[in-house]
Amino acid sequence: MTREMTGAEMVIQALKDQGVDTIFGYPGGAVLPIYDEIIQQEGLEHILVRHEQGAGHAAEGYARSTGKPGVALVTSGPGATNMVTALTDAMLDSIPLVCITGQVPTHLIGNDAFQECDTVGITRPCTKHNWLVRNVDDLARVLHEAFYVATSGRPGPVVVDIPKDVQFATGTYQGPTPNPAAAHKSYRPQLKGDAASIRAAVELMANAKKPILYTGGGVVNSGPQACQLLRELVSLTGFPVTSTLMGLGAYPASGENWLGMLGMHGTYEANMTMHDCDVMVCIGARFDDRITGRTDAFSPNSRKIHIDIDPSSINKTINVDLPIIGDVGHVLEDLVRIWRSSALKTDKPALKDWWTQIDAWRARNSLAYKPSSDVIMPQYAIQRLYELTKHRKTFISTEVGQHQMWAAQFYGFEEPNHWLTSGGLGTMGYGLPAAIGAQVAHRDALCVDIAGDASILMNIQEMSTAVQFGLPVKVFILNNQYMGMVRQWQQLLHGNRLSHSYTDSLPDFVKLAEAYGGVGFRVQKPEDLDGAIEEMIAVDKPVLMDCRVANLANCFPMIPSGKAHNEMLLPDEANDEVLANAISAEGKSLV
Amino acid sequence: MNAQNVDAPSAYFLAEVSNEIETHTLALLVDNEPGVLARVIGLFSGRGYNIDSLTVSETEHEKHLSRITIVTTGTPMIIEQIRHQLDRLVPVHRVTDLTVRALRANQDKPLERELALVKVTGTGEMRLEALRLGDAFRATVIDATTEHFVFEITGRTSKIEQFIAIMKPLGLVEVSRTGVAAVQRGTEGL
Repeated sequence: MTREMTGAEMVIQALKDQGVDTIFGYPGGAVLPIYDEIIQQEGLEHILVRHEQGAGHAAEGYARSTGKPGVALVTSGPGATNMVTALTDAMLDSIPLVCITGQVPTHLIGNDAFQECDTVGITRPCTKHNWLVRNVDDLARVLHEAFYVATSGRPGPVVVDIPKDVQFATGTYQGPTPNPAAAHKSYRPQLKGDAASIRAAVELMANAKKPILYTGGGVVNSGPQACQLLRELVSLTGFPVTSTLMGLGAYPASGENWLGMLGMHGTYEANMTMHDCDVMVCIGARFDDRITGRTDAFSPNSRKIHIDIDPSSINKTINVDLPIIGDVGHVLEDLVRIWRSSALKTDKPALKDWWTQIDAWRARNSLAYKPSSDVIMPQYAIQRLYELTKHRKTFISTEVGQHQMWAAQFYGFEEPNHWLTSGGLGTMGYGLPAAIGAQVAHRDALCVDIAGDASILMNIQEMSTAVQFGLPVKVFILNNQYMGMVRQWQQLLHGNRLSHSYTDSLPDFVKLAEAYGGVGFRVQKPEDLDGAIEEMIAVDKPVLMDCRVANLANCFPMIPSGKAHNEMLLPDEANDEVLANAISAEGKSLV
Repeated sequence: MNAQNVDAPSAYFLAEVSNEIETHTLALLVDNEPGVLARVIGLFSGRGYNIDSLTVSETEHEKHLSRITIVTTGTPMIIEQIRHQLDRLVPVHRVTDLTVRALRANQDKPLERELALVKVTGTGEMRLEALRLGDAFRATVIDATTEHFVFEITGRTSKIEQFIAIMKPLGLVEVSRTGVAAVQRGTEGL
């Protein structure tokens, strides 16, 4: 379809042609023509946020919970720079995001004009790709290409920067290409894995005596089919399975072979299994430093298979023996098919011994914490939240810090796309807008942001968005009055000198909720917790739940910086003296 | 499976053996569009890779394709990373490690040439000596007065380095170099 229209009309048309139903944005001088089109159309809902960063994270939450790209629209200058954190977040967590920014008119570019910034320059390192569109006749093509780039291969954020005069100009609109992958001149990521490599992987897995499947966000990104195939592979092989923070839900937490999350705050059994395995199958994960711990002691005796769609993830930090480049779904499909058709069988007696060993590690009960009848333990709060919400359609988002790790440890995810968290960038302030994004896409679902008292204040203004659009998101604040994870590190690294990690003047969250037009609750006693959670769920409005928890609880188990998987700090061993000496001099310089 | 790794517990430890710094020449075919060079060099600075030399020019005008030649140093693992990181940039059509290609073809190096313009001032014996040496290096005089020469010299980087070093005591005042342009030997194209 081609027809004449203005640049601003093209933006709306292109979004609709790409199947977009919701955009998150904030108006300003350089996007006014687009906003003028938004108000004159139907079919594309615009959610007005209160800060551009909120638009970015809301679009991420929308994307992560639906599998579709998230779309944000912001103005030039500060609008664009406020978006940088969300773009970087989406970049590190491989979230498909299309961000449209307004720009000053082309004749003013480079003039230090009002609200001008070099948007494509600033966002170049934090996007998969970006475009400055100087000619209206290029606009439709670029917008469609932007969706293709954001969603294909390893997904990620893209920016289309549109000068105001281009929005006003009239040009020829072209619809999307039917097969953008074939049509693109240079970006054609490989989806199918090499058949010989997949056969070699099957053979290596069949001969394994101590295998593990180490899965990541790539499985979730690949789609529901990939998660189904992963579950099939686990039931075919009987292998134990662990996951990164980003991959939670790809394999159900209630599954028999589930070891829990691995890495810095992963379970003892997951990390020990990683350390002692003889064959590791990494599926859509990237050997991040939170996962590996000390790299020179990382799983020293294993042959490693790495399935990833991004060739640059291969051998980046950990050398692997058998890389398979391709989309997780495609590769697993071939792998499962070859496994089924081959006569190969797993080494059952060896696997039995392996599971006996794993069960011994499990028996260490590494997530144990001391229960209390006086104060709410944060772990207990998450456990209760899980028990009282698990039978509903629930989406959980988090901010960043201790509460995030406790949520990952204690909330059981059965399905992919129900867990929204900032993994790579670790963005405090992610959770509330992400929950809003998920709620927009799933109006009937329960969307809970598990937050900390410090993190929630970073994007608290989005309460106003939730109220305006009738989005009953629930913010479950584990309030310990500290930046808990910062404090935990100060205890571990800096002689318990708690420099600026205590928040002295926290707002009254109940009144704050009310000020925004939402509902606030406070709960301080363990016996009141269940009632409070149920009340929170029952309210059909945005809620701030101020859940007062034990102030000084710390997050264990933990691999201290600079240590290996088999050198975990377990909760029952973590006394003051152990904490003070947990990290070596070299480890202290690590993050 | 990599056959030579079969008996090793993990290839990870094998990698430690080849942790030596190597110099590689990469050839990139990219869309000649605004910002493409910034993407390439931004990747190098952002990820802490080295650029020893960089040359860029449009080579296929009708397709608007430019060729970027980069000489870089790093361990084999880093060089692989650089290649893949470059390859995933959207406007990059192809990345070729010419050094690896040459080694596979049992050649020492790809064909590499650089051009330099070298300005030398002086009078009397020094000036004559500069001219004689320019001759010996097959440098061409492209500008001269009674007090200076500008030599144009083409060759491998080592030859240019040597020529500049020799000219230093003879009144060297200015050097401009193009950086390395490179192609693979033999009939095969990129």
